[in-house]
Amino acid sequence: MALIISEEQKMLKESAAELLKIKSPVNSLRDLRDQNYIPYDKSLWNEMVEMGWTALIIPEKFNGLNFGYVGLGQILEETGKNLCKSPLISSCLLSSSVINLCDNEVLKAREFPLIMNGKKTMTLAIEENSYHKPYDFRTRAKLEGGNYRINGFKTFVIDGSTSDEIILVTEITEGEMGFFIISKEQKGIEIKNNILLDSGTYSDIKFNDVIVPKENRMNIKINGKKLLKDILAIAYSGIASEMLGIILESFDITVSYLKERQQFGVPIGSYQALQHRASKMFSEIQLCKSIVIKSLQSIDYGDKERYKYSHLAKAKLGKTIKLVTNEAIQMHGGIGVTDDADIGFYMKRARVLQQLFGDYNFHLDKLATLNKY
Amino acid sequence: MKSKTDVSLTDFRKETRAWLEENCPMSMRKPIKVANDFYWGGRNPKFNSKDQKIWFERMLEKKWIVPYWDIKYGGGGLSQDQNNILTQEMSRLGCRKPIYSFGISMLGPALLKFASEEQKMKYLPDIVEGKIWWCQGYSEPNAGSDLAGLQTKAVDKGDYFEVTGSKVWTSYADKADYIFCLVRTDFEASKHNGISFLLIDMTYDGVSTRPIKLISGKSPFCETFFDSVKVPKENLVGKLNEGWTIAKYLLTHERQMIGGIGETDIKKKLHQIALENLPLINGKLADGILRNEISNFEMDEEIFDLTIQRVTDEAKTGNNSGALSSFFKYYATELNMSREELILALSGSDGLVFEKNYKSDGNLARKFCRSKGNSIEGGTSEIQLNIISKRILGLPS
Repeated sequence: MALIISEEQKMLKESAAELLKIKSPVNSLRDLRDQNYIPYDKSLWNEMVEMGWTALIIPEKFNGLNFGYVGLGQILEETGKNLCKSPLISSCLLSSSVINLCDNEVLKAREFPLIMNGKKTMTLAIEENSYHKPYDFRTRAKLEGGNYRINGFKTFVIDGSTSDEIILVTEITEGEMGFFIISKEQKGIEIKNNILLDSGTYSDIKFNDVIVPKENRMNIKINGKKLLKDILAIAYSGIASEMLGIILESFDITVSYLKERQQFGVPIGSYQALQHRASKMFSEIQLCKSIVIKSLQSIDYGDKERYKYSHLAKAKLGKTIKLVTNEAIQMHGGIGVTDDADIGFYMKRARVLQQLFGDYNFHLDKLATLNKY
Repeated sequence: MKSKTDVSLTDFRKETRAWLEENCPMSMRKPIKVANDFYWGGRNPKFNSKDQKIWFERMLEKKWIVPYWDIKYGGGGLSQDQNNILTQEMSRLGCRKPIYSFGISMLGPALLKFASEEQKMKYLPDIVEGKIWWCQGYSEPNAGSDLAGLQTKAVDKGDYFEVTGSKVWTSYADKADYIFCLVRTDFEASKHNGISFLLIDMTYDGVSTRPIKLISGKSPFCETFFDSVKVPKENLVGKLNEGWTIAKYLLTHERQMIGGIGETDIKKKLHQIALENLPLINGKLADGILRNEISNFEMDEEIFDLTIQRVTDEAKTGNNSGALSSFFKYYATELNMSREELILALSGSDGLVFEKNYKSDGNLARKFCRSKGNSIEGGTSEIQLNIISKRILGLPS
């Protein structure tokens, strides 16, 4: 498999770049923040729906585009470049993937149309700690007759404030994991919203004796733990795609600044102290591009090594995004630490994405474990 | 019968795999460890083992010494796709190259692009057959990073050039048969415009060499001296005073070679070395910090290999920048140096053994020392970073 995107994927990427450049410049993030942290621009979301982005990974059988994760990754790279806020990650990357990989066909037929036409957004509640620690659940779902009774707590839930439904993953009995789809309006759900560094809203959700009908269990015969493993691989690779966009754009902005900014009568980019650091970043970025496309492809092709590639992607992108956003601010000098400059927004979003689904040390640890050392 | 290019790539892969499995001796599938594991060819070829000879001869007969060159020059005439498959399959089995040759990796591409047809027919088949051991005469005592400042002069004496001067860091000059050399032919012109590209037989009168001993204790490099050496005019490649263009082109290939493009040798995984040296606690290396460093290194190593693949794939669609060879050279050498540092750290005091003893051949510490040259030879890391910043990023001078 050649490590390049196809003509179709390239067209999709270009159309996304075009739309977001006009409709979602970084300034629109500043505007949303300044209007009491509006989570995202609804009219832009409607345009995304019209462009078919909500249908990208949904199978043709359900009238989706079946375009795969390489396709969705191209969109996420572009949203990263523009720091565009939308439910794409929570609803399309995460929730649609869970629905798709589960074996509850009734649910697929019911939920996919609503996700595709943008009528409904959803999110996935996994984390219970402030560090990424999958498979370690204290929340419990207990089967009582025809219903599950759920008690517990989830945190760092993306778009928890705006999503109509929450997909909860947790342990049912020892070692058995279940995915449940729950309306946000359900009795016993208590949501607290937190505004984080990237101006995004993330929720802490308490489940107090929440009663969920059996039909809302998403994995019927499929092993929940194995399913979670696949969902995480998708999450790592998808988040890495957005990180790539952030890296590419903040690097571009910085290189342009090095050419423009004059000190001592010359552009500061003529100084070797800065040139070499820029070249080192360029080199790390070459690696980032390779692992992102590889991990996305490995998911689309069901490659046995997709778990490894997804850890590699999240680890490498995590390291590089830290390097590039820090250098970007330093190379901008004083203007870089002002709210007027865009570059600070890239650093702030970067830090959230670094933490989301595990920082590079988490993934380096997993890689070592995969190699049995 | 179908011609070679008609056979689909899948069939080609199947046939290639079967042929390699049948024909590559087991000992030629082991990682390179010592100097004797390399076969260099030359006028007085020295095979260091029976298998080395068998492997070379079989590959020569199969026309896979330089599989991607034109058949008329002794190549195998393979398409780029077929050649990639062959490289992948050799890598899969861990096959060593049948011959290590600067003629193939550096001079050959330059001859193909700049030499006359007569010169190509004269030199290329010999390179394929390993009849001539080539060495490279680029750096001089006062022209290292500033390569274009070279001073070895070639004076036009009518029938021949008279070459006087000295070169340094010529790999294996004491064993090589011929040197491809940058010489100054115009002292009035600006430094880049007075350079020519000459091929010089090491047996000509007035050529002498002296080995340079490195911190590793070994001496793969030499100084080479030219004392009024008469070189026939027909040994000039390309146009007079236009050698810098050839030099730059050749340097791109040198960087790619150092950058590991087309490499088939398999190196032992660092974590395997770690597992041989360090204890595990609960299935994890006892030294948690070293464990993290190894994992970080293996991450970069694996993704660097993917990057070679990605850039090769992009080049096929016509998307390529020659300056990327600077990135490959820079990154590959930095990686190798990190690797050697980590191996040393993993090996504790055993890794420091320099002279052969009852438990070690001393190669580990010597390889570590040798790696310090990686970010210097073939253009320092700093020169590569300069090239990236100017030619790719477009930063001002």
